[in-house]
Amino acid sequence: MRKTLIAGTLLGLALVAPAAAQVRLNGAGATFPNIVYQNWMITYNQKFDNVELNYQSIGSGGGIRQFSDRTVDFGGTDAPMTDSAITAIQGNVIHIPTVLGAVVPTYNLPGVTGALRFTPALLAEIFLGKVTRWNDARMAAANPGVTLPEGDILVVHRSDGSGTTFVWTDYLSKISPEWLRSVGRGTSVRWPVGLGGRGNEGVAATVRQTPGAIGYVELGYAIINRMAVGQVQNRAGSYITPSLESVTAAAAGAMADMGPNTDFRVSITDPAGAAAYPVSSFTWLLLRRTYPDEPKARELIKFVWWAVTDGQAKAAPLGYAPLPKEMLPWIEARLRTVTGGGQAAWRGPRAGG
Amino acid sequence: MRPGPGLLGRNRGDAAYRAVLTGFALTLPILMLALVAELVTSAWPSIGRFRWAFLWTSVWDPVAEIYGAAPMIFGTVVSSFLALLLAVPLALGVAIFLTEFAPKWMRQPVAFLVELLAAIPSVVYGLWGIFVLIPFLREQVAPPLRAVLGWTPFFQGAFYGNSMLAGGIILAIMVVPYIAAVSREVLLAVPASQREAALGLGATRWEAVWSAVLPYGRAGVIGACMLGLGRALGETMAVTMLIGNRHDISLSVLQPGYTMAAAIANEFAEATTDLYLSALFEVGLILFVITVIVNGLARLLVWRVARGAAVGSKAL
Repeated sequence: MRKTLIAGTLLGLALVAPAAAQVRLNGAGATFPNIVYQNWMITYNQKFDNVELNYQSIGSGGGIRQFSDRTVDFGGTDAPMTDSAITAIQGNVIHIPTVLGAVVPTYNLPGVTGALRFTPALLAEIFLGKVTRWNDARMAAANPGVTLPEGDILVVHRSDGSGTTFVWTDYLSKISPEWLRSVGRGTSVRWPVGLGGRGNEGVAATVRQTPGAIGYVELGYAIINRMAVGQVQNRAGSYITPSLESVTAAAAGAMADMGPNTDFRVSITDPAGAAAYPVSSFTWLLLRRTYPDEPKARELIKFVWWAVTDGQAKAAPLGYAPLPKEMLPWIEARLRTVTGGGQAAWRGPRAGG
Repeated sequence: MRPGPGLLGRNRGDAAYRAVLTGFALTLPILMLALVAELVTSAWPSIGRFRWAFLWTSVWDPVAEIYGAAPMIFGTVVSSFLALLLAVPLALGVAIFLTEFAPKWMRQPVAFLVELLAAIPSVVYGLWGIFVLIPFLREQVAPPLRAVLGWTPFFQGAFYGNSMLAGGIILAIMVVPYIAAVSREVLLAVPASQREAALGLGATRWEAVWSAVLPYGRAGVIGACMLGLGRALGETMAVTMLIGNRHDISLSVLQPGYTMAAAIANEFAEATTDLYLSALFEVGLILFVITVIVNGLARLLVWRVARGAAVGSKAL
C-alpha cells in the first residue's frame, strides 16, 4: 500500500514536473521599464523556474501592435491604449500599472548653481518658443535671488518617438491651453522650436554640450547621470525637486481622481498632493481579459501580482518609483477579472508563493 | 570518341550546380522585388491620403496626423551632396598622393589607415561628433564663417552645433574611406605607359596626373564617388546624432535639418497609429526611389564617360 503510494507520488511528480516547466510567457513593448522588467523576470525565474518569461523592449507602439496582433502574451506601454485601439480588439485588454516614471527639465547654464525653479506656465512658454532668453522677467520672477545669465534658450527635445515625450507633452497640454491647441500630446509631436536628440542620452549630450540649452529627460536617467534638474511647481503651488518619493506621492495624489473602479488608463500628470512631482506617469502592462490557455493566464497573473508587490523593492535602486501601497487592492480587483480557458486566473495573493 | 557528358551539360552534378547558382543569382532580385512590394503596400494608406502633397509639404504632425516629407527629402539630398562636396577633393587627394607622390614605405600603412576609417561604427562617429566636432565647429569654425559669409543665405542664423553642416561633415568623413580606397585601386590600374608618355612629353608630375592618369581612370573615380553618395544617402545613426532632427527647410547649413533615414529610425518604434506607420513606410519608399535614381544616374554617367574616353583615345 505504502509502496504504491510512493510509486504513485513519484509517477505523479514525473508527470507533473515537465508539464509545469512548459509555461512560456512572451511580452514586448515600452523601452522605459525594460531594466526593471528584465530584473523582475530573472529574479522571478530563479524563484519559480516553471515559468519562462521574456520581454522585448521594442517601444510602446510596437508593444501595442504585437499585443493586438496576439504575437505576444502581454504588452508593455508608456502611453495607454486609445479607445479606438481598444475597440479594435473587442475590448480584450486591461492596463496594470507596474512602476512609475517621471520626466524632468534639465539645463546647461554656466554660472548657475542650485536648482532652477519652473512654473508650469514658464515651461510651456519656453517650449512654445515664447520665452526665448534666460533672463526673461518671468524666469527671474520664479527664481528670486538667482543671477540669470543673458543668452538665448535652446530647446532640446527627443527626436525619436517615446513615452518620455508623451508624458512631457501630456503635462504641457494640461497646464497650457495654447500648447494643447497648437501642439497637443503624443509620443512625437510637431515641436514649435528646438533641436531633436535621439534618446535620453542624445538629449542629455546636446544639453551638456550647449550652454543655454534646456531639455527634458527621464528621471531615472537624470539620477544615474547626476544631471542638473529643475524644480517644477505643482498644483498645490510648491516647487518640487523631482525624486522617486515625490513621484510615488504624485500617484498617491492622483488616486483621489481615479477612484477604486479605475481602468488605470489615466494620466497622473499635474496631480493633487502637496508633495507630488507633477510630471509623473505610470508605465503599464497590457493583459488580455480572456486567455484561451488556463496555465498561461494563471502564471501570468501570478507574476504580475508578484511584480506589483514583492517586485516593487527592486524598483527604486534601478531608478523607478514604486507604486503607492494603497493602490494594490485596486490592482487586485482588475487582476481578478482575467480568465484563462474560461475560469478565473486569480489564485489568491499568495498563490504558490 | 564521344564528348564528355559535362560538355553537353547533361551531367547531373553540373545541372544541380547550375540550378543552385541560378537560385543564388535570383535570390537578390526577388528579395528586392519583395521589398518594393512590401513598401508600396504598407505605404498605400499614406499615398492615398496625401497623394503628391506628401512630397512637397513640410508639416510633420503625428498628433494631427498630417504628414509631409519635404524637409526630410531636402535634408537627405543636401546633407549627402554637402558630404560629397567635402569628401571628393579630400579622398581624391588621398588617392592621388598614395599612388603618385607618396614614398613607397608610406603607401601601404596610410592606405590601411584610411580604409580602417570605414570599420568604425557609425554610433562612434556620432559620439565623436557630439563631443569633439560640434564644440570645435561652434568655437572655431562657425564664428569666422558667419563673419565672412554671413551675408549669403547659406550661413545665416544662430549656430547651436547640431546642424546640416555638422551632419554633412560627419558624412564626409564617413564616405572618404570608400571613395579613397576605390579611387586608389582605379589609379593603380592606370598603365605606367600613360604616365611615362605624359612625362616624356615634358609634363610636370602634376600635369601628368591631371591630364593623363585621372582622365584614364575617370569612369572608375566617378563610380567611387557614387558609391560614397549611396552610402551617405542611407547613413542613419551618426547623422541623426548631429543633424538636429528638425522638420524644417533652411538654406543655411548652420541650421538643423532632418534626413529620411534618420526619421525612420527615430520614429518607427513608437509610430502608434496606422497612418503614421504608413507615412514612415512612404518615406522609406521615397528613399528607395531616390537611391535607385542616383544609382541609375551614376550608371549613365559612368557609361557616357567610359564611351567618351574610348572616343578620345581613338582621336589620339
